[in-house]
Amino acid sequence: MCGIIGVIDRTMSRMDGSSIKEALSLMDERGSGEGAGYVAYGIYPDYADCYAIHVFFDNLLEPKTMVDKILQTWGRIVHQEEIPTYEQPGLKKEHISWRYFFKPYTDLMVGTTNPDDDNVKRLVMSINSDVKGALVFSSGKNMGVFKAAGWPEDVANFFRIEDYKGYIWLAHNRYPTNTSGWWGGAHPFNLLDWSVVHNGEITSYGTNRRYVESNGYQCTMLTDTEVVAYLFDLLGRQHGLPSETVVTALAPPFWDEIDEMPEKQEEFLRTLRLTYGPALMNGPFAIVVATKDGIVGFTDRIKLRPLVVGENGSRLYISSEEAAIRTMDPEVKTIYMPRAGEPVIGRVTV
Amino acid sequence: MSLGSVPLKYKISIDRDQCMKCMRCVDNCSYGVYRIEDDKILIDSRKCTACHRCISMCPRDAINLQEKPVDYRSHPLWTAEAREDVINQARSGKIILAGMGNARDYPVIFDRLVLDACQVTNPSIDPLREPMELRTYIGKKPAKLEFTKNNGDIDLTTKLAPNLKLDTPIMIGHMSYGAISLNAQLSLAKAVAKTGTFMGTGEGGMHEAIYPYQDHTIVQIASGRFGVDIDYLERGAAIEIKVGQGAKPGIGGHLPGEKVCADVSCTRMIPLGSDAISPAPHHDIYSIEDLAQLVRSLKEATNWEKPVFVKIAAVHNVAAIAAGIARSDADAVVVDGFKGGTGAAPKVFRDNVGIPIEAAIAAVDEKLNDQGIRNEVSLIASGGIRNSADITKSIALGADAVYIGTASLIALGCRVCGNCYRGLCPWGIATQKPELVNRIDPEIGAEHVANLIKAWTLEISELMGAAGLNSIESLRGNRERLRGYMLDQGLLDVLKIESVGA
Ligand code: SF4
Ligand code: SF4
Repeated sequence: MCGIIGVIDRTMSRMDGSSIKEALSLMDERGSGEGAGYVAYGIYPDYADCYAIHVFFDNLLEPKTMVDKILQTWGRIVHQEEIPTYEQPGLKKEHISWRYFFKPYTDLMVGTTNPDDDNVKRLVMSINSDVKGALVFSSGKNMGVFKAAGWPEDVANFFRIEDYKGYIWLAHNRYPTNTSGWWGGAHPFNLLDWSVVHNGEITSYGTNRRYVESNGYQCTMLTDTEVVAYLFDLLGRQHGLPSETVVTALAPPFWDEIDEMPEKQEEFLRTLRLTYGPALMNGPFAIVVATKDGIVGFTDRIKLRPLVVGENGSRLYISSEEAAIRTMDPEVKTIYMPRAGEPVIGRVTV
Repeated sequence: MSLGSVPLKYKISIDRDQCMKCMRCVDNCSYGVYRIEDDKILIDSRKCTACHRCISMCPRDAINLQEKPVDYRSHPLWTAEAREDVINQARSGKIILAGMGNARDYPVIFDRLVLDACQVTNPSIDPLREPMELRTYIGKKPAKLEFTKNNGDIDLTTKLAPNLKLDTPIMIGHMSYGAISLNAQLSLAKAVAKTGTFMGTGEGGMHEAIYPYQDHTIVQIASGRFGVDIDYLERGAAIEIKVGQGAKPGIGGHLPGEKVCADVSCTRMIPLGSDAISPAPHHDIYSIEDLAQLVRSLKEATNWEKPVFVKIAAVHNVAAIAAGIARSDADAVVVDGFKGGTGAAPKVFRDNVGIPIEAAIAAVDEKLNDQGIRNEVSLIASGGIRNSADITKSIALGADAVYIGTASLIALGCRVCGNCYRGLCPWGIATQKPELVNRIDPEIGAEHVANLIKAWTLEISELMGAAGLNSIESLRGNRERLRGYMLDQGLLDVLKIESVGA
């Protein structure tokens, strides 16, 4: 069980984090005080062309020295600082949250069409699996994840979420069932520009994990959701599939439906399913994924977790609960529930 | 005879008060246990193989079969079997033949793997009310989708290679006409056609009677090349090159001349009554490059319209071999474990050579995954698969589908007596004697085999539903859904699974 909420302003006008904090806190029954987190896009306009790398450090000695060294080998640190945090009575500070604004050296990564992204992806994987006491939890451009083990209000106040302004926000209230609450296990999960919040369990995790690992990703977060970020990165960024096609690969129609489709569509879906069988996700889930151009929400193929969509002008909301959307935007116009497996997409239009 | 005789294995007795002297036992026993003298049924227990035919045909339940307790001096090393093998070989100077699978008491790994089920945090899925997808495609898959974007539409550039479409991940493995009877093969062919799956023809060619079911067959090419011509290749839905077999890794096949009747000789394209001995290696495959050439020649010969499988026995280095095969243009790798059955194998091979299928599948799957090509090639497991749980566990360990052999014969009556190589199978399966073959009605046989496949398919759906999975893609290689119970760490590492409680 978990509560999720996401919003996009399609005109890219930026919202501060206060209303999403309220909306998320409304879903406290879906959490257990063991994890909450926020992600916002558009928050670092001054460093828009740098990768904003957020790291949890256990201390600023060995782990930070190692991370500095690794980053400096592969690129230039344009700026770095501790992410400001404000002590909360209900939240025990376990890590130091740090951010780097980083530019990779393009010529160090050869043989790929996307050297900067591939470089940063590889750095994230290697820091997370090799550097003890350091965990990269956010690595996209002009965006950032803020998360910790605690209740939504405490986490929001800890990072003072309302001080950030973004055109996309996702937030998550965690009720962990497969691993204990630790900072790295809180959502959103992120890699490059992909961020994921998830309510549910991925029963196909074993299969999905092997698939992404055979493609150069390493699962280090001890929980099933991170695999979704990697699947989107692999299928969406590396293989170039549009987001709705990625969703179709992850939650495809049933064979019985595919068999009845017109020939061209049947062939497309059969080819997609055969190609991406190991990426197909099973189990109860409602997921919202964000990237810099938009958000997509979808559920598993038999909709074992709730998902509600709301719209008001340029704003699109996706959440576990209608009440959360109404808290964020009491004026919300349209409310509907998407069908199982059907992607709900909000794209920036400017 | 200085060595004398060895003791009886089984003791048959008839409850004379029950017996109504219908003589069915006399007629049914092809091994000659019963004979009539002066209106009395006499029993020669020494000839009994425990095939159970008489017992199942006796209308009065009057026959009693007992496995004789060992009456040698007991000895932990020199078991009765060890001593008898020595005696028999001292007498004959020959290799000891055996039928069916490995008869040694090795621990069964499947029995030490337990499956997962959902509780509370994750709802289980009810297959009676929700869709459950077991459809499986066997063949090459693309590594990624290639397409062009055309105003929001996607036009595929990727064209799928030919794949077999299976409605269930259960296929029937290769048992040749010759090793088994035509009625047995026909029963299997009708059964796979009914259940939307496939059967292997074995290396014996294809009899005309199977032609109507050819779209559900996988034709086999073994080192003897028996029955192979272009017509045969074109009839199969897929082609399989048999390099090795789990029951006898490293050696060829042997069909005794007694089983080569006129029809078999014609189908196999060999002289009547001659022993059909396949050589140990294929004489045109001495390396992986040679194999790759053969795979491609077969594809060329059949217009690249049919998937080509390569079957190997599970041996110590199976993962590396399978990875080589996967890169040879083969569409599927079949790995046959050392509990696999056979019509006839040297006993020393059957019982001592090879590795269990559970470990082989996990190792092959892992290797292919590490090389990033797991989804591009299919993996079929066989050799000692006894029930739907074994199948579910095989898939969770990484197989796409399984071949069953012995189980499908048991559905036709086989009682695993292990005497198939003698050609006297009283159930009409491993024999070519017309009076025995007639004991199988292919319609009824097909019904039983199809029932077995359907029942197992239902059970796999239930197991998947309990684990919260509704498509087989998500079970494949999903080691998370397995735990090892009382397995040592070494084996857990090979299987890449955690222990119970972890
Ligand atoms: S089959 Fe049974 S009843 Fe008939 S003769 Fe044999 S023992 Fe007697
Ligand atoms: S096929 Fe026939 S001979 Fe072989 S084990 Fe089964 S019953 Fe015995």
